[in-house]
Amino acid sequence: MLSRTAENLYWLARYVERAEYLARTIEATLRVTALPNTYIGKTNEWDSALLTAGVSASFYEIYEEADERNVVEYLSFSPANPSSIKNCIENARLNSRSVRTALTSEMWDNINSAWIDLQEVWGKGTRTREELAKFLRFVQETSLRFDGSAYRTMLRNDAYWFSRLGLHLERADNTARILDVKYHVLLPEEEHVGGPLDYYQWTSILRSVSALTAYHWVYRETLKPWLIADLLILNDSLPRSLASCYGNLVRNLDQIGVAYGRQGAAQRHARGVRNRLEHSHMDDIFQHGVHEFIQEFILDNGRLGEIITKQYLI
Amino acid sequence: MAVAFDEMNGPGGEIRPAYQELSRWLKETPAEALEYRRQEAELLFRRIGITFAVYGDAEAQERLIPFDVIPRIIAAKEWAILEKGLKQRVRALNMFLRDIYHGRDILRANIIPDDLIFQNPVFRPEMNGQDVPHDVYVHIAGIDIVRINPEEFYVLEDNARTPSGVSYMLENREIMMRLFPDLFARHRVAPVEKYPDELLSALRSVAPSSASSEPTVALMTPGVYNSAYYEHSFLADKLGIELVEGRDLIVKNDEVFMRTTEGLKRVDVIYRRVDDDFLDPLTFRPDSALGVPGLMSAYAAGNVTLANAVGTGIADDKAVYSYMPEVVKFYLGEEPILKNVPTWRCREPKDLAYVLDNLGELVVKEVHGSGGYGMLIGPAATKATIEAFRDKLKREPEGFIAQPTLALSTCPTCVESGLAPRHVDLRPFVLTGSNHVTIVPGGLTRVALKEGSLVVNSSQGGGTKDTWILDE
Repeated sequence: MLSRTAENLYWLARYVERAEYLARTIEATLRVTALPNTYIGKTNEWDSALLTAGVSASFYEIYEEADERNVVEYLSFSPANPSSIKNCIENARLNSRSVRTALTSEMWDNINSAWIDLQEVWGKGTRTREELAKFLRFVQETSLRFDGSAYRTMLRNDAYWFSRLGLHLERADNTARILDVKYHVLLPEEEHVGGPLDYYQWTSILRSVSALTAYHWVYRETLKPWLIADLLILNDSLPRSLASCYGNLVRNLDQIGVAYGRQGAAQRHARGVRNRLEHSHMDDIFQHGVHEFIQEFILDNGRLGEIITKQYLI
Repeated sequence: MAVAFDEMNGPGGEIRPAYQELSRWLKETPAEALEYRRQEAELLFRRIGITFAVYGDAEAQERLIPFDVIPRIIAAKEWAILEKGLKQRVRALNMFLRDIYHGRDILRANIIPDDLIFQNPVFRPEMNGQDVPHDVYVHIAGIDIVRINPEEFYVLEDNARTPSGVSYMLENREIMMRLFPDLFARHRVAPVEKYPDELLSALRSVAPSSASSEPTVALMTPGVYNSAYYEHSFLADKLGIELVEGRDLIVKNDEVFMRTTEGLKRVDVIYRRVDDDFLDPLTFRPDSALGVPGLMSAYAAGNVTLANAVGTGIADDKAVYSYMPEVVKFYLGEEPILKNVPTWRCREPKDLAYVLDNLGELVVKEVHGSGGYGMLIGPAATKATIEAFRDKLKREPEGFIAQPTLALSTCPTCVESGLAPRHVDLRPFVLTGSNHVTIVPGGLTRVALKEGSLVVNSSQGGGTKDTWILDE
């Protein structure tokens, strides 16, 4: 397949995944900021939403204050933010148009319809919280439909695998970022462990990766920070955990390697990261520092993106 | 201007035979039902994303071409004549191109003036003496046909470079079959769905001799911002070939390769929808970012076939067009079956004088224009526009031709007030492979939606219709 086609499929999936993650982040932040101050303390949750989206620096070039209005605008609709939800969907459609021949009609239909809605229904942004809530649901549904149509209708060949690579790489990056920003509330030695402040922070983290219900099913316990970290990092039954993402990345890269009759640096690197996750225990990670562990992961994940690009996409 | 010939309601008000069943059906079908289907069709087009871009219109970067749900019907007998005429015309075009870039018999026979060829910017000296596989230059031709009475078909334009619109022929049919199954059941409509297969086999048949027995064909597009991008991706999909941009291709040792996830892969035939000027920055426009450096040298080495060939513009040039009846006779020794619209060549002083005296009645076209841009329709133009054109003509007469304003035939069309006659033309697509010329029974009917308008181009507010060739 054309390298450019593979590249477009890969980015298409990344943009859709990113849009969904941003929508979840905004939703979770709205929820936690609606709580009385006594429950969440004085932290600026909108600030950390910017941090987890990785756009804090560019935001402050335009805005003075990270309040709800500014952050929602910047993350959702701002043309100045290259990875705003609106830009993600627009880029996803542009990528789709470039590779229409590699998409099934269901996938195209979904992205194209979302893009049309974006112009016609959401062209002026949202004015009320109700509208915003609807918009955020629309974004998540778009991603679900996209994912579902890819899963249900695509041939299982390199086109599918490159699209999945984009999805899992982006997903791993998103989960890691939220851990990177919030790791301090997960540290067992923090002062207010178990206080109401932490409780709502924890549920907020779980919500932004849609894992709140899953937590209870997996651990059958009240929320414990180290178990949350365990779930998001090491538990490969949770689709958004780092371990699960890397299980999938290794599998998809192997499928490509088999189809092309050739393994390469991408396969080796992904296996390396996966093995590290497989052989880690939460105790060790805490001992050596969650923050360091996550930061190293983010670098490794970024490196895998670069290697895939070099090996296949250019 | 005389009242136009209507293809459904004949000159005496009687329903012409091919339209009998449609006319009955239209009487049975309530207006709301038609309107409902029309909306449904629009929704389908939009969801499929069949759009085109209008240049110079930043607001509407992607637009839908309006689709009219009333089919245009052509009887089997009429089609038989058209088909014969089109094949004859395209054979002549290919022989003309071979001759122009080799022996130039037609110039020595003084049928066409030398300077019309050699001074012409679309003449490509790079093609002099270059052989192309099976002497085919125009693999895909879109010949624009109009009729002004029941008996005669006129060629309005030969499109021999990168004619577009065939995706509408195919998609219009799909959508009509979805929306009006009953109407199809009541007619015997010849299918058009073989077009992609026939196109692919025509393209494969002209692969260079150095290609393997399974030649690789690719469709080259300028990219997503091109007005016909939808069509490019649609065709690549239907043909099962890669849709490549210039940056996907690389030339090594005079062979063309595409960059794939498994490394470089040789390409043998390129169905290119990129204009000559942008194909190869080393040969043509150096500022072209759409092209492939070295493509022309691979072409000259005979390692890749370009379809259509480079330099075909000289055959569909509007000034050369006026010589087409002589061209057909010269190469084939036959009388042309399709008529040519009488054409005044403004480069000739006598013709220019006539044109300047009669601007109000004539259609004036730029010799190198297309898409209905930059043309004057005398009877519909304001005084000021006519005067502006007069100045242009005097300044650069060789840039223009003029033709009488034809009363193009009309077909019943859905408009706000119900059904009304609107002017139409027809673009059938003629394919030429190594040893045969084929035409799928059908084509793209374009319709001028504005009352009285004669401009059918989609860039100028025209719409399309499904075209039915009856199979009996």
